[in-house]
Amino acid sequence: MNIDGKKNIWKEYQKEIADDKYFYVRSCVRQNFFPGSETAFLNIMREELGKDVYEHPCHTTCTGIGYHSDIVPMETMMTVVARQFALMTEAGYKNYVPSCVTSFGIYTEVLDMWHHFPETEKKVREQLKKATGREFEKPENLAHASDIIFKFRKEIGAKAKYKLVNHKTGKPLKVVEHIGCHYSKMFPNKGVGGAEYPYVLIGMIEEWGGEVIDYPERRHCCGFGFRQYLVQANRGYSLACSHKKFESMEPFKPDMIITNCPGCPMFLDRWQYAISEMQGKTYGENGQGIPVFTYEEVAGLVLGYDPWDLGLQVHQVSCEPVLDKIGITYDPQKKYDGVLGKKLGVPEKPSVLKV
Amino acid sequence: MGELYNKLKEDIRFEEGVVACINCGTCTAICAAAEFYNYDPRMIVDTVQSRDEEKILELLKSETIWYCGECMSCKTRCPRGNAPGLVIMALRSLSQDLGYFVESEKGRQQLALKRTVGEWTLKFGYCLYLEGVGTDLHPEQGPVWDWKQKNWKDVFERLGANYQGDGPGILRKIPEEALDEIRKIFEVTGGKERFDKIEEFSKKKAEELGLEFGDGMDNEYFQTIYKKNSNNHTAQ
Repeated sequence: MNIDGKKNIWKEYQKEIADDKYFYVRSCVRQNFFPGSETAFLNIMREELGKDVYEHPCHTTCTGIGYHSDIVPMETMMTVVARQFALMTEAGYKNYVPSCVTSFGIYTEVLDMWHHFPETEKKVREQLKKATGREFEKPENLAHASDIIFKFRKEIGAKAKYKLVNHKTGKPLKVVEHIGCHYSKMFPNKGVGGAEYPYVLIGMIEEWGGEVIDYPERRHCCGFGFRQYLVQANRGYSLACSHKKFESMEPFKPDMIITNCPGCPMFLDRWQYAISEMQGKTYGENGQGIPVFTYEEVAGLVLGYDPWDLGLQVHQVSCEPVLDKIGITYDPQKKYDGVLGKKLGVPEKPSVLKV
Repeated sequence: MGELYNKLKEDIRFEEGVVACINCGTCTAICAAAEFYNYDPRMIVDTVQSRDEEKILELLKSETIWYCGECMSCKTRCPRGNAPGLVIMALRSLSQDLGYFVESEKGRQQLALKRTVGEWTLKFGYCLYLEGVGTDLHPEQGPVWDWKQKNWKDVFERLGANYQGDGPGILRKIPEEALDEIRKIFEVTGGKERFDKIEEFSKKKAEELGLEFGDGMDNEYFQTIYKKNSNNHTAQ
């Protein structure tokens, strides 16, 4: 098989991404674990790029995690999704942007199912009307928030204060990119670059100066697996998946990991801590872990945002090795401060992982 | 055709998920769950397409259907356009509708998911609402999570959230009228019925197993299904 040819076909593929007037819906996972990333996304979109991004206070979970844990029936999930579309329609927007990859997969699946089964769409419309009195139009454009940052990667690069380059050696940082499974594994033609060669994060990394690592388990799931993580008795599944990835990427000595899904950075961050406690093993330099970032955090860092405004203090694996390599200035004394310098104490240190 | 197969056919995910499986095993090769559990998605699809009612009934009561992580890697790779992950979702739904889920250790865990993700959804409008969910239930979250839990409001304020506030923003208080709409949607579309069935069948199973059953998480049945692993599920 001509691999280069196949790779080039997907590299050329560009999904349509709206360029302004977005209806933004938040991620339940990201809000709980990486709130600074959503704050950064909106700052970048509104302040740096001057875009209109609207958020409706009455939007809710899409029920995606409940749906993929199989406690929420499909028609219930679809009707909640229909309600979100109704809020968009009522607010006068047409370009729908979910922060969450599970949600993005849900919306993509729902629109595809309605296309193939129009009688299901009709039933959902009736159920939404009955339950809420609302009606809706389907989005004209559906893009994940990482698609939007990808679209404006050059504009962000032009304003960048820092590059993903080791400021001492001048060499690009070696970056592992991890794409959430539901971004394009279900519907490859709905993601930038498809499922095999997704380009959404690569485009950002290359534009901002980094070098992407290709490693064997690059496309393996982080291990969320919905019920496989959410129930304690099953969590070995989740840990085993992340462990497989770390073992596979270790020989390539990555400087950092960048992800586009809300859950993946949490798992790739926390399971490094768990493995260090269980096996005494660490994957970064000098007993530290491999720092894991969201794409919004990385965009914020290259734009010169304060790492503690971005929320890097809520990671378990320290991000300072990457900040130091890039040459980003930060105040270590303020890492765990609240608003106006309020002292909140500091987390205890893990027994093995150096932080 | 048999009754169970017909019920599966009513689920459009089943229609989308099975075209005609050629038993090539590509799904099993790529499957994250097959690497960890005694699990073979190829066999699942082969069993349902056999339309053998007895075998389908066996699946609905089995541990097997609960091993999939729904990453949907199988959907990308199947050369015939099948999606074993979607077939699993149809099987899991039917298993809950008919009450067979309580016949397996992994299936019984549905109550834990209903009482966490399910109830957070209806109560708060978020599928995860982790204030107060500590490292006792999630030890892997580490000392940074303990620190964040201890300083929850301050940390969220620092990171630009509108914690419990009116209007838009991170972890805002979702208005009661919006939550009422979500609850009504659950009533109209079968979501409430699913939740009620999970409770009802779990309660009966708890009695059968002689385990104390109560509301929330602080009862013997919940703690058992959430934490107990018989270790009979993985490849040794």
